[in-house]
Amino acid sequence: MAAISRDEVANLARLARIAMSDAELDHLAGEMDVILGAVARVQEVAGKDVPATSHPLDVNNVVRDDEVVPSLSPNEALSGAPASEDQRFKVPQILGEE
Amino acid sequence: MLIRESASKMAEALANKEVSAVELTNQHFEQIEAVDKDVHAFLYLDKEGAISQAADIDKRRAAGEKLSPLAGIPLALKDVLTQKGVPTTCGSKILAGWRPPYDATVVTKLKSAGVVILGKTNMDEFAMGSSTENSAYGPTHNPWDLSRIPGGSGGGSSAALAAFEAPLAIGTDTGGSIRQPAAVTGTVGVKPTYGGVSRYGLVAFSSSLDQAGPCARTVLDTALLHQVIAGFDPRDSTSINQAVPDVVAAAKKQNVAGMKIGIVKQLSGDGYQKGVENKFNEAISELVKLGAEIVEVSCPNFEYALAAYYLIAPSECSSNLARFDSIRFGLRVGDDGTHGAEEVMNLTRQAGFGREVKRRIILGTYALSSGYYDAYYGSAQKVRTLIKRDFEAAFEKCDVLVSPTAPTTAFKIGEKANDPLAMYLNDIATIPVNMAGIGGMSLPCGLADEDNLPVGFQIMSPAMKDERMYLVGGALEAALLAKWGKPILDFAPKLVGSK
Repeated sequence: MAAISRDEVANLARLARIAMSDAELDHLAGEMDVILGAVARVQEVAGKDVPATSHPLDVNNVVRDDEVVPSLSPNEALSGAPASEDQRFKVPQILGEE
Repeated sequence: MLIRESASKMAEALANKEVSAVELTNQHFEQIEAVDKDVHAFLYLDKEGAISQAADIDKRRAAGEKLSPLAGIPLALKDVLTQKGVPTTCGSKILAGWRPPYDATVVTKLKSAGVVILGKTNMDEFAMGSSTENSAYGPTHNPWDLSRIPGGSGGGSSAALAAFEAPLAIGTDTGGSIRQPAAVTGTVGVKPTYGGVSRYGLVAFSSSLDQAGPCARTVLDTALLHQVIAGFDPRDSTSINQAVPDVVAAAKKQNVAGMKIGIVKQLSGDGYQKGVENKFNEAISELVKLGAEIVEVSCPNFEYALAAYYLIAPSECSSNLARFDSIRFGLRVGDDGTHGAEEVMNLTRQAGFGREVKRRIILGTYALSSGYYDAYYGSAQKVRTLIKRDFEAAFEKCDVLVSPTAPTTAFKIGEKANDPLAMYLNDIATIPVNMAGIGGMSLPCGLADEDNLPVGFQIMSPAMKDERMYLVGGALEAALLAKWGKPILDFAPKLVGSK
């Protein structure tokens, strides 16, 4: 049995906000099955007693001093935006017209 | 023409006023003009910016100012680091035309050292790949054989060095993207200890693995560049607040007598090309002649490193690449008044991301989804602990560990493009270093008998002991140079039109 179905891949694409074509989903479902088959071996080796490592350095909640330093101007911050207006990012319609 | 010299030699020529920084920069642009139509190392050339930076260095030198050792030396910058006002694409269509409003810390440091940035180099899209074939702007070609890959993801940077388009380059290494390109192009590349070089302004792929580092044609040049870009940065919360190891002194020392060098048993054998193993073993013999003690060490959990990497990196990427949402920067598709914000987002990401990036986003989304999280991402994180422990045990027995950098020499463009798993195997020897956050170097150790292509020798050092890889690398490089009689790149066929 396949580790992952085409429907599951379609759902993942929806969650990841990628409007994949049918042909792409067909192809990717097969690839994902092979890749998951290969990476599943991580489950073979570590027992319950092994702690997880999320990061190579043992650092937690690094904070800097709360000092005012130079930062981007509104114009600079908006310089890469596809659309902007009145010092704000302009987005397509978010809510349906009702 | 000085383009075939090392950066150190170029620096001497500049200091002695045998050449000006503007002349040196122009020599490199001439070479780029001559060969880059075939190599395609660069995505963008900042001729105006580079010349004005070089002119400024010349002026300051003429005024008697004391300049940094690399002032006036040209450099190729991987297109994953932001440079203010200069297009930064990460090899992706989704960032086509984006001009960042700020400099990465690495770029700030380069500029203040007077290093002249020639332009941005090609790469696999968002640094995901081992061949530079995943660039949305077409592949880079290996200067040793234009039908072959230059490695990846930093194939543009390594090819620029091997084609004498720049003596220095910056790469980034998440699973081997500095070291594997160095290996297959006969150049040197270093992934510093995680946290040794700031990630501020480095477009994130897998934040717990990403590390920028220096690339060059010699160990000493790599060390000089390392010294410039490393150091604590309050803008990166994972930056290490300690003194940078003296890598330049180590590169010059050339004495490995009495050092213990560990060969990792698991990074050889099945899947490793015969000629790669032969050249690796010949390099080991040189180290023995230099008085190093060779021990064999076993790191049994390295066998699971590749599988764990292909869960951890896609998981972090699926989260990091959520920022490409068509709102704040980059591409926007379908905003014609008939589509809502979410549809525009879906259409933009579909149009803007390439195949490998989508594959990894989907894989990561899966590995992080409820019901699968513990089995996949959770298990991979445990494997990471086991790999760290393997390294810790190994470093109790030796000062550095060594292996071939990549299992094969450069393969043909297109050869593995449709087989993701075969492509992922290129990183089998480089990934453990990233998982543990330690340092890794690749330097050339010869040409494989089968195909006359460069082979990389990897040196791994404990965290914040980066000087050890320069110590061993510098000594080995000198011994091999004496054996060969000339630098390895002098064995490469001359590119058409090359100066």
